[in-house]
Amino acid sequence: MNKKSSLMSRLAGAPYIVWAALFIIVPLCMVAYYAFTDNTGAFTIQNITGLAKYTDTFLLSIWLGLVATVVCLVIAYPLAYIMAQKGPEKQSTMTMLIMLPMWMNFLLRTYSWMTILEDTGLINTVITSLGFEPLQLINTRGAVVLGMVYNFLPYMILPIYTVMLKTDHSLVEAAQDLGGNKLDVFRNVTIPLSVPGIVSGFTMVFVPSVSTFYISQKLGGTGTILIGDIIETQFQTANNFNLGASLSFVLMILIFVCLAVMNRFSDDDGGVIL
Amino acid sequence: MSNNIIELKNISVAFDGQQIIENMNLYIRDKEFITFLGPSGCGKTTTLRMIAGFQEPDSGEVIFDGKVINGVPPHKRQLNTIFQRYALFPHLNVYENIAFGLRLKKTPEKEIKAAVTEMLDLINLRGFERRNISSLSGGQQQRVAIARALVVKPRVLLLDEPLGALDLKLRKDMQVELKNIQQRLGITFIYVTHDQEEALSMSDTIVVMDSGVIQQIGSPTDIYNEPKNAFVADFIGESNIIEGVMRSDFWVEMAGHKFKCLDKGFGVDEEVDVVVRPEDVDVVPVEEAMISGQVTSITFKGVYYEIIVEIKGFKWMIQSTEFQQQYSTIGLNIEPDAIHIMKKSQYSGLYGDYSSFSEEFDELSDATYDEDDE
Amino acid sequence: MTKKTSLGGKLYTALVFIFLYAPIAVLIVFSFNSGKSTSVFEGFSLYWYKELFNDAATLSAFKNSMIVAVVSSIISTVMGTAAATGIYNYKNKLVKTSIMTVTNIPMMNPEIVTGVSMMLLFVFIGAIFGKTGTLGFPTLIIAHVTFELPYVILNVLPKLRQTDPHLAEAAQDLGCTPLQAFFKVMLPAIMPGIISGLMMAFTLSVDDFIISYFVSGTTSQTLPIRIYSMTKRRVTPDMYALSTLIFLAILALLIVSNIISARGDKKLSRKGGSKK
Repeated sequence: MNKKSSLMSRLAGAPYIVWAALFIIVPLCMVAYYAFTDNTGAFTIQNITGLAKYTDTFLLSIWLGLVATVVCLVIAYPLAYIMAQKGPEKQSTMTMLIMLPMWMNFLLRTYSWMTILEDTGLINTVITSLGFEPLQLINTRGAVVLGMVYNFLPYMILPIYTVMLKTDHSLVEAAQDLGGNKLDVFRNVTIPLSVPGIVSGFTMVFVPSVSTFYISQKLGGTGTILIGDIIETQFQTANNFNLGASLSFVLMILIFVCLAVMNRFSDDDGGVIL
Repeated sequence: MSNNIIELKNISVAFDGQQIIENMNLYIRDKEFITFLGPSGCGKTTTLRMIAGFQEPDSGEVIFDGKVINGVPPHKRQLNTIFQRYALFPHLNVYENIAFGLRLKKTPEKEIKAAVTEMLDLINLRGFERRNISSLSGGQQQRVAIARALVVKPRVLLLDEPLGALDLKLRKDMQVELKNIQQRLGITFIYVTHDQEEALSMSDTIVVMDSGVIQQIGSPTDIYNEPKNAFVADFIGESNIIEGVMRSDFWVEMAGHKFKCLDKGFGVDEEVDVVVRPEDVDVVPVEEAMISGQVTSITFKGVYYEIIVEIKGFKWMIQSTEFQQQYSTIGLNIEPDAIHIMKKSQYSGLYGDYSSFSEEFDELSDATYDEDDE
Repeated sequence: MTKKTSLGGKLYTALVFIFLYAPIAVLIVFSFNSGKSTSVFEGFSLYWYKELFNDAATLSAFKNSMIVAVVSSIISTVMGTAAATGIYNYKNKLVKTSIMTVTNIPMMNPEIVTGVSMMLLFVFIGAIFGKTGTLGFPTLIIAHVTFELPYVILNVLPKLRQTDPHLAEAAQDLGCTPLQAFFKVMLPAIMPGIISGLMMAFTLSVDDFIISYFVSGTTSQTLPIRIYSMTKRRVTPDMYALSTLIFLAILALLIVSNIISARGDKKLSRKGGSKK
């Protein structure tokens, strides 16, 4: 590449670099700034130390997020495997069917579960018309996990499926050729090779699950307050930006630590980087 | 005015502190077919890109038709390039690919049509105008690339390993075709390859390069028959490179025998490298022979047998039409005109005998795609 | 590669798809309910659709969503394509990886944190100039461009890598200036990536709730924000009607795009078939 054209293509990246600095880096610095100042702008660590009382909320968020992610993985993995075995025509139809609910607004998807699980909702209407006592379905932790699984399941299926599709089929045949039975091949070839898909699926489900507020609001009632709910309240109703920022700051760090651990784990195990 | 179309004067190029080309001087005559030949990373592609304008030298001058063209961007140079993988524009059909350069020059549509049609005739692809690039075979794409470059009537065509991606049979055909096109149009071709056979069969002049330095410039026969050093001798064809001592003018001692040769002008008892081509060694009865040795292996090659003979610990390769029993002792004679003496160089001793020679290995290294020094 | 799926496998697949579609089916059925109930079907009616179309706030939210999506996706596609070209050409490894790391942040970070961080920036800047209510259309568009950019870049960058690196050089060799070479040759070659980036940016923009929620202010409600405020109240089936319409729109879009790509494939295979 001669000097002039390379200079020009370098300049092409400049607007984005400025933009990314202004609207990705600076906002994160703002979070840190608000997290470590009080409402007069003076430095303080009281916001952070004060978060101790939210420890349970953090733990609950992470726990429910983990449960939802694992449930997604358990449901998604066999389906991805089945899909990867199909012919190309069926594959594209199935991919489309999995993506279709994804493109529907997640508020509406969550909302529909609310109307199904409600005390006077569809399920309870059926149950009572059969003469049974209505069940407490909504406003439970189970309902929150269900909402997370329902909303984010496609984000687990698609990455695993994509990785399985890319896997060289001759590897499976080679393993069979070397005398592995079906289970051996699945355990020693298929699963290790799909680790990158599992890792990215895990990330794509875990991060929005941990930080959600709408799902817990609609399906969890007052009994299941997640960290996202508290952050949302600070910014939208309580107007305590410093507390909200410090919560966001800690949440962000917690998630990055989780992801780093995940990546580390997959590095050692499958030798793949996300 | 000289008939040199391109001159390179004291050119040096370095990437990331690594010297790619070192003080190169080269003259290219108008209308000749010149080939830069050398292994990967020898600087041949960099030299070509410098002439095309994609690379600026760190020092030295690039002269085109008597004018220094350093700093002139590629689109203002009167030369065109055929790229390794053709670089055809995938969104345009065959006709539009060829017409691309003319359209930039705002040539009237009528002239474009005539010129493109003429080119399609030249490359034997009449009727392919509307075809999509991806529907063409490798050889056809190659020819479109040639037409696309030639239609703008360059003074010089630069070809960067243009046949590298084709299979053997097609490569041979294209070699003949390229040579024909060059002679018919009467323009200069600068060709880059790592394939010595290609270079020998097509070129008027070959420039053998290694580590950014020109090792030898000459006609194919000169290069083959009178390699300047062990590198050239080894790179071009098969050769036995033996250490010898010049006892006096016309007499060289090697493998324990004093041979008559045609070379002179070396110092008395000067150590030299001696090149003997495998096909120039005659097999004779032991009692009449100059030297003799034991056959360690023999391979049938179709027209001849390839025989490895061990003489005083050094394994020679010879080619003979007669079969020899393995482990038998045979006699060898070498005529004076089959012996070529070279001065010692940095390459002396790098190319050993044929003891570790293996067909497979040779082919493997030949087939390796030459990414070269970009 | 194709294998017969076992009966168990088929059953399993069916169950997952029922799980995915049952709630949507419920929405669609009850959107035609003549009564207000969302659990007892009282009779077919289009009442809730009429309600929806008489709801001025929803309609204006829809309009806002479209404006934000069109403007932000165009800006992010242009800037992102230029950025991908730049990143592709940077020689320095360190510069390259640090840019890519920053690019990944909006995708890895929880959306709520991204939304909050931008809100804080806008409020902070507003405070400097002594203004309140800085949140509105401009901040909404800035935020959308920011979270769309990584997706555009990640769609364009692989296309650049797939493209023959000599393509631009070949164009220059034939007489293009570097700029002409980009527009005449590189741009068409990476166009599929640009288009899929644009489409992705557009859909993400229309779909986004969390980030918009924090940066939109009160004057520039988008459709998802409108949905949010409607679902805060007691459930009424006009939301169902809205869901049904959105579902049908997406379904139609997907079918059309599938037909187009299927046609493209056929065209290609016909071309491939004619080669002899």
